[in-house]
Amino acid sequence: MAQNTKTRSNQNNERIALIQKQRKRTQVQNTMLAASGILGFILIWQIAAVSGLVNSRYIAKPLEIVNLFIVKLTDPNPDGAVLGVNVMSSLAVSLSGFGLAVLIGVPLGLFMGWYRGFDSFMRPIFEIIRPIPPVSWIPLTIVWLGIGLKAKAIIVFFAAFVPCLINSYTGIKQTSEVLINVAKTCGASNFTIFRKVGIPSAMTLTFAGIKVAIGNAWATLVAAEMLAASSGLGYMILMGRQFGRVDLVILGIVVIGAIGLVISKLIDMLENKVLGWKKL
Amino acid sequence: MPMDKKKVKLRLENISQSYVVNNEVRDAVSNVSIDVYDNEFLVILGPGHCGKSVLLNIIGGLEKPVEGNKYIDGVKFTGSDKRIGMVFQRLALMPWKTVMGNVEFGPRLAGVDKATRRKIAQKYIDLVGLKGFEKAYPHQLSGGMKQRVGIARAYANSPEILLMDEPFGQLDAQTRIVMEEEIQRIWQQEKRTIIFVTNNIEEAVYLGDRIILLSKCPARVKQIYEINLPRPRNTMDPEFLRIRREVSENTDLAL
Repeated sequence: MAQNTKTRSNQNNERIALIQKQRKRTQVQNTMLAASGILGFILIWQIAAVSGLVNSRYIAKPLEIVNLFIVKLTDPNPDGAVLGVNVMSSLAVSLSGFGLAVLIGVPLGLFMGWYRGFDSFMRPIFEIIRPIPPVSWIPLTIVWLGIGLKAKAIIVFFAAFVPCLINSYTGIKQTSEVLINVAKTCGASNFTIFRKVGIPSAMTLTFAGIKVAIGNAWATLVAAEMLAASSGLGYMILMGRQFGRVDLVILGIVVIGAIGLVISKLIDMLENKVLGWKKL
Repeated sequence: MPMDKKKVKLRLENISQSYVVNNEVRDAVSNVSIDVYDNEFLVILGPGHCGKSVLLNIIGGLEKPVEGNKYIDGVKFTGSDKRIGMVFQRLALMPWKTVMGNVEFGPRLAGVDKATRRKIAQKYIDLVGLKGFEKAYPHQLSGGMKQRVGIARAYANSPEILLMDEPFGQLDAQTRIVMEEEIQRIWQQEKRTIIFVTNNIEEAVYLGDRIILLSKCPARVKQIYEINLPRPRNTMDPEFLRIRREVSENTDLAL
């Protein structure tokens, strides 16, 4: 009997090892596919640039971009700031605008979705603000706040605020009636049900909203910097255009893409932490 | 033991409920008066959509009746009450909480300290046969296991009366039979007053000390059956089949 159990647990361990090995293999395959996708893209880019298929005035070779990246780390020319300063300036704007949007938009959406009276009070204001394109605030904010961080952060805020609010609003509205009843029969007050049932139920959609918001934040940031800035990645791209420096434009685009990727990965990690129960 | 000597735990007096649908008044429950005895397993049987769940929601305080009164131990009460727990029809577990988290939810809301509520929750997790699954999440469990969690959660609030709204209605046939045996075992181990709603006649005869048969919409008390068969009951026993047929012939067909 004891021997039997032992072989059973041995078999069990072998099975677990096998499944883990298969999973690992899929992971390696996925990573390799992702890497070859990027390499393939760069290769096509290189071929297009070298072969003359695209006029070299409108495109730079990948290696030139790498080169310029290294140069730009220390050289403030031609736009007046080294890459690091531009990146930091853009990050400061986008993260403060985005952060503010999450801090205000998410709780506001949750409260509006839960408390009907508050919803009736807030909804008209929100519905008026919602369809206004964030970029159309630019002239006003320049007049009010100049071309500093605050002005651009506010534009980014408007762009990121809407998806944060809408998604957490919709998310908490979809809270299961049965779960609310469960909490009621446990003697919970409405505010307790809001905290213990409503908010956790809303988290899936809220995170989807936050991801849309970070995308909006970056998109609007670059637009804002092109119109009202003296540094930043958007400003760098604009200068690249004015000086006819395609490589500078492309470098700006690549860096924006890379930072966007890093930020969305960070949000994914946070999401995994909050919504980890889904993956198990 | 004759029923009239038993202590009345819950009394429903002239409960009526109506809704307005498309500008028309629809009666869901009409003038229902029921006495539920202490620690009895009472089954409320009726055709689909006849107002059984409405009646249960009224007892549990999730709905307010248009008319009627509720009493526990002879004392009138309104709304929900801590002495009444509920097991729901649909699988009503919080997907973001583990089995332990779901079961200890009630005591936690009541402000019971962690060590004590863990002990309470563990006791009922063991009772429903889920030892070893404390850290599992609902989506990792089968339908029957989820409903076991629902039962453990209701017990963990230490209610005196347990309402069960077609708790096995969404389970497959085999699991349902197992769970019917299980709920009987659990109830015999931890006696509570259970009010069990179902539309399944066999389930009703298998589980109930008494069956209250409701009419089709609006729900009225049509007949009360006392089932004195020993437990666990044999569904093939001639007496069982006789009662089953009798109830069956008296049951209104659902639309």
